[in-house]
Amino acid sequence: MDIHERGTGVAGLAPSHTTAPAHGLSVRLERVSIRHPGARAQAHPALDRVDLCIGGAEQLVVVGPSGAGKTTLLLVAAAALRASAGRVLLDGEDPWLLTPRRRRHLRARLFLAPQIPPLPPRQRVVTAVLAGRLPAMSLARSVRSLLYPLDIAAAHAALKPLELADRLFDRVDRLSGGERQRVSLARALLAPARIWLLDEPLSGLDPVRAARALQVLREQAQRRAITLVVAMHQVQMALDNFPRVIGLRDGAVSFDSPASQVSPEALRRLYAHAATAADPGDIPAEQPGEPAPVAMLWR
Amino acid sequence: MAIGSGTGLAGAPPSPDRDPAWGGRLAWLLASILLLWPLLVMTEFRPWQMLDARSLHVTARFVGGFLPPAVSLEFLARVARETWRTVAIATAGVALALLLATPLALVATTALSVSSLAGRMALLPFLVRQATRAAMVALRTVPELVWALVFVRVVGLGPTSGVLAIALTYGGMLGKVFAEILESCEAHPTRTLLANGSGRLQAFFYGLLPQAAPELTSYAIYRWECAIRSSVVLGFVGAGGLGQEMDSSLKMLAGNEVATMLLVFIALVALADGLSAWLRRSLR
Repeated sequence: MDIHERGTGVAGLAPSHTTAPAHGLSVRLERVSIRHPGARAQAHPALDRVDLCIGGAEQLVVVGPSGAGKTTLLLVAAAALRASAGRVLLDGEDPWLLTPRRRRHLRARLFLAPQIPPLPPRQRVVTAVLAGRLPAMSLARSVRSLLYPLDIAAAHAALKPLELADRLFDRVDRLSGGERQRVSLARALLAPARIWLLDEPLSGLDPVRAARALQVLREQAQRRAITLVVAMHQVQMALDNFPRVIGLRDGAVSFDSPASQVSPEALRRLYAHAATAADPGDIPAEQPGEPAPVAMLWR
Repeated sequence: MAIGSGTGLAGAPPSPDRDPAWGGRLAWLLASILLLWPLLVMTEFRPWQMLDARSLHVTARFVGGFLPPAVSLEFLARVARETWRTVAIATAGVALALLLATPLALVATTALSVSSLAGRMALLPFLVRQATRAAMVALRTVPELVWALVFVRVVGLGPTSGVLAIALTYGGMLGKVFAEILESCEAHPTRTLLANGSGRLQAFFYGLLPQAAPELTSYAIYRWECAIRSSVVLGFVGAGGLGQEMDSSLKMLAGNEVATMLLVFIALVALADGLSAWLRRSLR
């Protein structure tokens, strides 16, 4: 794997060799509904007839109040959750009509970063980051890499723009929450994926680090023609950084427009039950008495 | 200041004066005694019989034969050799059991299920897992003594029958417990790796093993300790080692030789315990 510095000072990382075409993965949701089997009857569905079309190498952000369905949307797009109604097309194929083997190859072209960093506590950072490359490695290579990391330079290059390169050989449980989140994002930079689905990637980071991490992710996604879908609740940062914004509320799409055309009125309506005033940057509190959405299997 | 019921702050409810759970607990206690009593009668549980004069005399003569423990050099050399053989039987048995149990556990554990990522597990994987569990149940239900008796007929007297008996029984036990240890680990890292397209074994090595390693190791060492005890018992049916020596010493009523062997045996198990604690600490 070659690592080359570019003029911007951000180390470019060449993706590992895959046989998939080198274009961003496109996602299409057609009237997708998801209702959890354990949900109460009067609760709104997790996703309610969502229609969405994401082109290859597009970058967009999903905003909405807690419980709106942002995580569910990302899981459906990652073929990690099955819709109760409607269908999902990833690069024109329905993942649930594929054989398990081909579905696994499709999943190898996705990268999903959950809200809580999926890192085993006793693992070292270098192994945790290199785990992002597992779908492209054979079993023998991955076991060898476990005994002695085979590509320390690549892990270092992935952590450097996220300012964690000096923690390469530390254990994950010695890191703070924000640092663990950045390790989880560093995996994306090494994964052989054509789409990145990031669930609240900046929630544990301070504003300066958050802005820098987002810039790194956007630049890398653009340079490598990777589709980028981010769910976040920092509305102002979302509007400033992404060309397309989708507002989700109670499982349904409230608006889907370019960032410049999102009106304060639309944002107010999105967060209508906020306990605090109409500043869309605040995280609104949940209204007591409303039927609560069922806790997700994925955190 | 008197803190009595009803004399607290104006409007506060009076303090309760009995524990509401006590009635239920008393009832359960009486019911258990009522159920246990027939069991004690059926098993002829009469410990006071051990304390009457005749039993005490017999016990004293039996225990007296154990002291002093035999310490002749030639005997100790024999004990050392047989102890080594016992440890070898146990280690070989557990090693074979691990070879058998590891693939069984990896197949049976639901932590590596890909079909249950998105909902319920599909039918075929479920049936395969249940069949593997059934195989492990079959392996561990038959006591190793029975397996050893069978193998003594097949391969003759000697350590081989002991090793095979331990391998089969312990393979079933290790497999079941390993599968359950893997299921009790935090599933989030593993499920994320599977959802991002890595293979099952890769997800095991990178997601489950880092968390499960201390538990798996300490259980394997505990089973090795149990295997040492088992191989002593199996020695009584001809599988060689310390058990066979103990059997012949008991038959000759040489209590002092048995005493030495028991002391060596206790030391061996204590050593295994120390090794397990050290390994667990160093893996943390």
